Amino acid sequence: MSELNYVGRRLPKVDARDKVTGRAVYINDLKRPGMLHGKILYSAHPHAIVKSIDVSRARALPGVRAVLTGQDIPEMPIGFLQDNRPLKKDRVRTCRDEIAAVAAVDQETAAEALELIRVEYEPLPAVFTPEEALAEGAPLIHEYDAKGKPITSNKLKLPWKLICGDVEEGRGRSRHVAQGTYRTTWINHCCLGTSGVIAEFDLDRNLTMYSITQIPYLAQNDYLAALKAMGLGRSRVRVVCQTIGGGFGSKLDTHCYEFIAILLAQATGKPVKIQFNREEEFLAQATRQPVVMEVSQGCDHNGRLAFRDVHMLLDNGGYTSWGATTPSVMMVPISSLYRVPNVRYVADCVYTNNLYAQAMRGYGNPQATFGIESNLDQLALEAGIDPVEFRLINANQGGDVTPQRFVVKTCGLPECIEKVRDGLGWPEHRKAREEGRNRDGHKVRGQGVASLIHVGGGARVYRSDGHGMIMKLDDFGQLKVFTGAVEIGQGNETVLRQVAAEAVGLCIEDVQVVSHDTDICPWDVGTHASRAAFISGNAAIQCAAELRRKIFELAAAQLEVGPDDLDLRQGMVVVARGAEAEGQRLAVTEKGESIPLSKVLRRGHFSPQGRMIIAETFYDPPNEMLDKEFKGNLSCSWAFGASGVEVEVDLQTGQVRILKYLAAHDVGRALNPMLLEGQIYGGSMMGVGMALSEEVKLERGRPVNGNFLDYKLLTAKDRVPITPIIVETDDPAGPYGAKGVGEPGCVPSAPAIANAIFDAVGVRISELPITPERVLRALREKKEDYCRIARPAC
Amino acid sequence: MKRTIEFELNGQLVSAEVGGGQTLLELLRQRFELTGVKEGCGAGECGACTVIVDGRALTACIYPAMEAEGRSVTTIEGLATAEGALHPLQSAFVEHGAVQCGFCTPGNVLSAKALLDQNPDPSEDEIRTALEGNLCRCTGYQQIIEAVKAAAGRKP
Repeated sequence: MSELNYVGRRLPKVDARDKVTGRAVYINDLKRPGMLHGKILYSAHPHAIVKSIDVSRARALPGVRAVLTGQDIPEMPIGFLQDNRPLKKDRVRTCRDEIAAVAAVDQETAAEALELIRVEYEPLPAVFTPEEALAEGAPLIHEYDAKGKPITSNKLKLPWKLICGDVEEGRGRSRHVAQGTYRTTWINHCCLGTSGVIAEFDLDRNLTMYSITQIPYLAQNDYLAALKAMGLGRSRVRVVCQTIGGGFGSKLDTHCYEFIAILLAQATGKPVKIQFNREEEFLAQATRQPVVMEVSQGCDHNGRLAFRDVHMLLDNGGYTSWGATTPSVMMVPISSLYRVPNVRYVADCVYTNNLYAQAMRGYGNPQATFGIESNLDQLALEAGIDPVEFRLINANQGGDVTPQRFVVKTCGLPECIEKVRDGLGWPEHRKAREEGRNRDGHKVRGQGVASLIHVGGGARVYRSDGHGMIMKLDDFGQLKVFTGAVEIGQGNETVLRQVAAEAVGLCIEDVQVVSHDTDICPWDVGTHASRAAFISGNAAIQCAAELRRKIFELAAAQLEVGPDDLDLRQGMVVVARGAEAEGQRLAVTEKGESIPLSKVLRRGHFSPQGRMIIAETFYDPPNEMLDKEFKGNLSCSWAFGASGVEVEVDLQTGQVRILKYLAAHDVGRALNPMLLEGQIYGGSMMGVGMALSEEVKLERGRPVNGNFLDYKLLTAKDRVPITPIIVETDDPAGPYGAKGVGEPGCVPSAPAIANAIFDAVGVRISELPITPERVLRALREKKEDYCRIARPAC
Repeated sequence: MKRTIEFELNGQLVSAEVGGGQTLLELLRQRFELTGVKEGCGAGECGACTVIVDGRALTACIYPAMEAEGRSVTTIEGLATAEGALHPLQSAFVEHGAVQCGFCTPGNVLSAKALLDQNPDPSEDEIRTALEGNLCRCTGYQQIIEAVKAAAGRKP
């Protein structure tokens, strides 16, 4: 693979110019002629019977075009378990329950109308933790499932159980065992662009959704089901994505507000826009999945892992979005981070009256890795082995098949750990620590490391993990690449353009990516699972081969050489050296060795029975769906990484400052190092926020910090000195060797930081976020323990 | 209470009728269709709506439109030339990977511009302080800081 022109180059994002000049059109900016504004009334209670809703005054308000309640809409179950509906009918189960919606001529009128709606509630007892929800006599959140069968417990009937080997055998032969309980919380995606949609019907009742979804084609399916329920079974759906102001998994489901917009558009015959404000974004945008996990791991006298046992309780909230399915991805690190022969994992999802959760960057992996990697440090301590050494002893290796049957072709984990160790100055720090030189007054320094494994070659979570692509050449040698992938800011369009130019053999200026429209672009399962660059890149390589075949067939006839004698480089059709000897080529080419592709294309087009060059492909990676035991090679390449952190803990304030943050990632190959580093910086920072500051605080199921003053998103002033380290392993399955890298950055941050804090001050913080209050409390408890045990008199 | 105000908007004198409760953000987005001014929170907390008023970066979502009377307002649309030549800060953001989803970008560029206009050679701390009010969820800020540093060395 010599002389690459574009792959591996630090090229700027193709959409950056529009974004820096304010020209990019987000859903927030989009208007349609005659458009109405929709607004949603949310429940005043976390759990209640809705006795009555009076919308008469709202309907009478001038400027109001429609008011809908749960009574006005057809049965249209939505969500992963179909336990939700766009507008609730006679019962609310969370504070975010949508109970009425208004469409009006402007936002102010719609907001005023909401205030005129009178709802009479009969509050019901509510539960706000999984433990409460499982207690005897707890109120049932749902009494019937989607099929109408009675439900007798708040525990969801989901099959999350993975057994590999024999955990008890592993436990029995373990010399050292560590166990602990770890908790993570609700985290909001905090996309800077708030959620929004415009639903618009044409005169034939076909629906266009101006959308920001990450899953245009799956969303299309969901909307079609909704239309069918609305009696519009013959309607078509087109999804047109706008510039997306942040994704991070928040747009992997179809949400209540989208269906409400459709219902209002149908009721009014006008386009209806629903645009969230920030308060709504915190209330009604499903969060990262909170979990409580019990982890135990053991190792033999050589430090080799013998077993890993994880039991997890997930707070499902009142309804079921993708949060309930995150255990499927949590299995990845639980079964396959490090070599561990015996694994048991059981997860229970429990209905509560809290907000519900959905996908968020890493899809459960950051939560699971927090438990595993925190616990692993405890085990290393038990075993008396240096934590870095312990990780190297157990690191995955290329050629491994893990207990969950993941086939690891390439693995840069050992190298990532070593690079992080060296970058941190790990041995020097250990020495300084032994000599007490890691302390400066009331500030103590510590170092910690954590690793990650994640899907890096797609993930077959649906029956198809495929990606359709069309390549179309025009008369001027310009290539349009039609892709089903969605640009959410990560840079997929830029990287795809690089790969397409490289694989076809064109100048990059002559390649444009066309996306974001289900009427124009072929099917893709969605921009999730760090898969877009991997899948669309491979699709481009596959499609390019077909395109080149057609080009050479056309050119060969014109140039009177064989198709195999031709090559396409930088937009020029080149005759191979060997063919020159035949002497025919000079007669048809004008400039010696090569001829512009555009000329070949025009000749082919403007000739009797002319033809144009278009190629299409559907790339579906060679990965497997998990079987009934949740085993199988879910991804056809596996991404690894390690983060190393140096912190300074203030013993007086409990503040944790990050002095060093090294993020080493096995990316297969860096297609565009600048954008890749952007993913590492951004992912790491998101992980640091999860570790130290972020939490949607709920009181009786309602967010009480739903704004950026109280929800602590890290700022530019929170200097986190992240150093990306790119490790290339050239994966045979990847496009030019690349693996996915969108999510991994945030996966090991929290445990690396927790481990560094332990290293500094000897307290294990096992609940996120690690706030100064929690650090201080832990320090106080440690001191009290010390006094009680060691110095009873103090 | 409505009043007609005059002010300089991206270098041109304009007039508009504004209401008492109207914010500068609403005026710029609705009346002038300058949708590069983004609303991220409506409470002055995220900085997506940052504009420059009389040389100072401020959040248009909590700035009363009437206060713009007689002042000079610059939005992101006022930075590039009509021919499309980018301001050095804009070019630096493009070249340094400082843009991902882009929703915070106009605000970050304008906060940086207000800084560089007053302090052409800021330290990293000064840059970070100037951008503290501009939240970004995508980039982790590093490449934004690098872009501002790079632009500081270039003449507008």
